[in-house]
Order: sequence, then C-alpha cells, then structure tokens
Amino acid sequence: MVKTPIYMDNHATTPLDPRALEAMMPYLTTQFGNAASRSHAFGWAAEEASEQARERVAALVGGSGKEIVWTSGATESINLALKGVADFYKDKGNHIITARTEHKAVLDTCKRLERSGCEVTYLPVDATGRVDPEAVRAAITDKTILVSLMVANNEIGTIHPIKEIGAITREKGVFFHVDAAQAAGKMKIDANDWNIDLASLSGHKVYGPKGVGALWVRRRPRVRLTAIIDGGGHERGMRSGTINVPGVVGFGAAAELALADMEQEQTRVRALRDRLHQAIVRDLDMVYLNGHPEHRLAGNLNLSFAFVEGEGMMMALKDVAVSSGSACTSASLEPSHVLRACGVEEDLAHTSIRFGLGRFTTEEEVDHVAKLVVEKVKKLRDMSPLYEMAKEGIDLKSIEWAAH
Amino acid sequence: MAYSDKVVDHYENPRNVGTLDKNDPNVGTGLVGAPACGDVMRLQLRIGDDGVIEDAKFKTFGCGSAIASSSLVTEWVKGKNIDEAAKITNSAIAEELSLPPVKIHCSVLAEDAIKAAIADYKQKKGA
Repeated sequence: MVKTPIYMDNHATTPLDPRALEAMMPYLTTQFGNAASRSHAFGWAAEEASEQARERVAALVGGSGKEIVWTSGATESINLALKGVADFYKDKGNHIITARTEHKAVLDTCKRLERSGCEVTYLPVDATGRVDPEAVRAAITDKTILVSLMVANNEIGTIHPIKEIGAITREKGVFFHVDAAQAAGKMKIDANDWNIDLASLSGHKVYGPKGVGALWVRRRPRVRLTAIIDGGGHERGMRSGTINVPGVVGFGAAAELALADMEQEQTRVRALRDRLHQAIVRDLDMVYLNGHPEHRLAGNLNLSFAFVEGEGMMMALKDVAVSSGSACTSASLEPSHVLRACGVEEDLAHTSIRFGLGRFTTEEEVDHVAKLVVEKVKKLRDMSPLYEMAKEGIDLKSIEWAAH
Repeated sequence: MAYSDKVVDHYENPRNVGTLDKNDPNVGTGLVGAPACGDVMRLQLRIGDDGVIEDAKFKTFGCGSAIASSSLVTEWVKGKNIDEAAKITNSAIAEELSLPPVKIHCSVLAEDAIKAAIADYKQKKGA
C-alpha cells in the first residue's frame, strides 16, 4: 500500500534532504557566529562554513566560489541581476531582452524597469516553449545591455538552447543572465563554456532549505552591479545583510549531493517520468504533452487532459500534490502565461496538470498516480458536457460561448 | 484554500449527473459558461405541463465548486414550480456551499444555468 499524500510537485519546492539538514544543525545550535565577525572564533567558524558553501553552490554552474553572492532566494537573485545591471550600465544602454515564458520574478521586474525608463523585448517561443537563438540575435540593438532567460521552465520543463544563445550574447558584448532555479543540480550547466555572465540559484529547489539563494556573478570578464539592498557592505557591497549561515551551509551541502549523484538520479527520475506518461496515454485518449518531448527536465511531465478542468482534476487527485495551469488555481482568472505563449488554446490550458517528480519519488507512487489519473479523468469526462459534445461530433469551436 | 464539506460531498457524490433528451418538448436545456474561461455547465430540466420540474440532470466542465454548484441546484429545483426555481439566487447557492469570494462566479453560473434551461423550455412551448 502506497503512503499518502504523495508529493509530485517538485518544481514548487523540494523536501530538505536529511543530509543537508544534518550539515546545518551545528550552525543552528552551537556554531551561531556571525560570518562578518572577524575578531573571534565564532565568526571564523561561520565564515569558513560560508566560504566552503560558496564553492559547492558555484559548482552548480561550473563557477568559482568567489563569484557567489548570497541572497534570500532566486527571486531576490533575479531582482539583483536585472535591476543591478540595468542601473550600473544605464549609460551604456537601456534595453533588456527576455522571453514571454519567464517566471514572474523576471517578468514583473522587467515591468518595473520599463516604468523607470528601460525598454524590454519579450521574445516569443515556439510551440514547445523554446526561444530561437537567432531571434535573440535579431533583437539585440546598440542599446541592449542584458539578455535574461531561464535555463529550464518551471511549468513545462522546456530547456532553452542556452549555449547557442550565450555564444551570441558574448559575440555582441551583451551580458547574459540565466534563471537556473529549476535546472541547477538537475542538468549540467557550464557557465564558462556557455558564456553565462550571471546565474540565479535557489536552495529549496535542490533539496536545500528555503529562504536562501545565490547570484553567481562572473569575475572575468567582470560584471558589475548596483546593489538593491544597502547596509553593512556584505557580499563585496553587492548584497548587504548578515549571511544566513545555516541556510547557506544547507544549500552548499544540497548542491554537493545533487552534483555527486546527478547523472544516476536524473536517469532514474526520467525513467519514472516516462513510466507515468506511458501509463496515462495507454489508457486515455486526447491527452496532450505540453513542452518539448526531449529538451525538458527529467522530472517534468505537463499534460493537458482535454475536457477535464485542471482544478477539478486536482480535487479528484486529492491525495496527490500536483499543480495546474488552470486559472482556477490562481486569483488572476487567466490560464498559464507559459502555455498561452506556446500557443496552447485557452480551453486546453485550463486542463493542464504539472507532475513534478524528484529524488524521493518511487515507482509505487508513479503506478498509484497513473491509475488514479486514468480513473478520475474517465469519471470527470463522464461528467463533462464538452466531452459528450465532442463524442457526438459537435465542433466546440462552432458554438458561440458566452465569456464570463 | 480548503473546500467546505458540502462542496467536497457534492463533488465526490454528485447528484443527478446525466443527460435528458434535448429534443423532448418538455425538456429545457441551459448551456452556460465557456471552455476558454474554464467552466461550462449544462443543466437540463424536464418540466410537467403543470410547470413543476420533474427531473433535473447536469454535466459540468469546471472546478470542484462549479461541479458542486450544479449538483446542488439539481437537488433544489426538483419538485419546484419553474417560477420558484427561477428565483434561486447565486448568493443562496454560495451561502449553502460556503464558497469563498474567488469562487462566487461558480454560483453565478449555476443561477444562469437554471434561467437558461427555463428560457429554453419556454421558447419550445412558444410561451
């Protein structure tokens, strides 16, 4: 008997790995020093732990620990990267390029920058959610200072051609920031080979603690930033505030664990993901994969179940934690901007479910979820007027629906 | 956001799911909402010549609250005269199911579905 509830929402957050917690414990108890205290052993121990964590976290993108700026999470890292570069290089230009499928942390930061005089290009994506590197090249002007893209998408798992885009930004002399929150620790990222200049990272997406993140900032060639949080001048003046020592230690331990087992773990997670997908499509018709069939995160499965509304579906899967692109899950009443950017029709966007598999997902859980999904979709389709109409051969697009 | 017990009950044990013959002159069909908005309700009422609702069936594409709202109104309208049924308000539905503000539109849709089904019936009868 499988233990419920089942957690299949690893893009939202991941559980803290017990080994990362163990590494943190001394810094939550006896080793409580402030890493900025230079005059005693308590401070030295905290600083040493933080410095070791920098190396481990930087390794997620193939960088050096000296290039890590600790933050409170990927949202803050993204804010610092975008606002910091935009302000520092404002005499050089005011144009930023990003994509329509980015996380709100990027999109809303860009909107704020637009209000303060920046110009932002929001690139379209193809039906699988990928940006065309040539579209990036075409969008670059002599005013462009920064390109910001996610390595992998949090909803559909699509991985952008980052290396190809990095070659273009480097050639054009434009900084390249990547939001690596979802991808780090789950795929190889080589900031040097890929010509990345800044990378935003999150602790709790890699089985580390919440409330800690990092911005990796390239030193050669050097990228400079205007700080957005002022104070004691920590993090070489880029981010003031006492270092969250237990947090960064846990993040460092989690990063090290993720990299050590990455290939093996991702192979296992991918096999489970494919098992879930195949079991669902074997027994259900009109199920559509959102995102790219190959260029996607191993743990991501995003499916649209035609004629079954996403939130209603999640209610039926009550012992399974998943997420939906349906508007009903948010206060905005708009379905997922990511699916819409991929050209998914609104009605299908409302039927999407995101399964996020991870380190602690088991085969028993996958088989249980697959069985439950098939059973519930059949039940909900029997209750769906749209399914009945479609089966009768009525073209739903021919009906004049009253939008409400 | 947790669902109320009544929403969960109607969602897990929906009353009167099904289809009535839409060509029956005594059956009124109301189809409201839109797939692009994430909810569509179809409510069908079989109405006796005395104007009393003898049977009610629904099918709904939507969230749990939309399904519960439609299930509830099928229970409420049965045995009622169409003039009484037309007086069922969205606020009564929302109150019965303890719907949160973000789900009020589900109860509005259920009220609209009753009105649409009655209007269809009246049109068929040429009244």
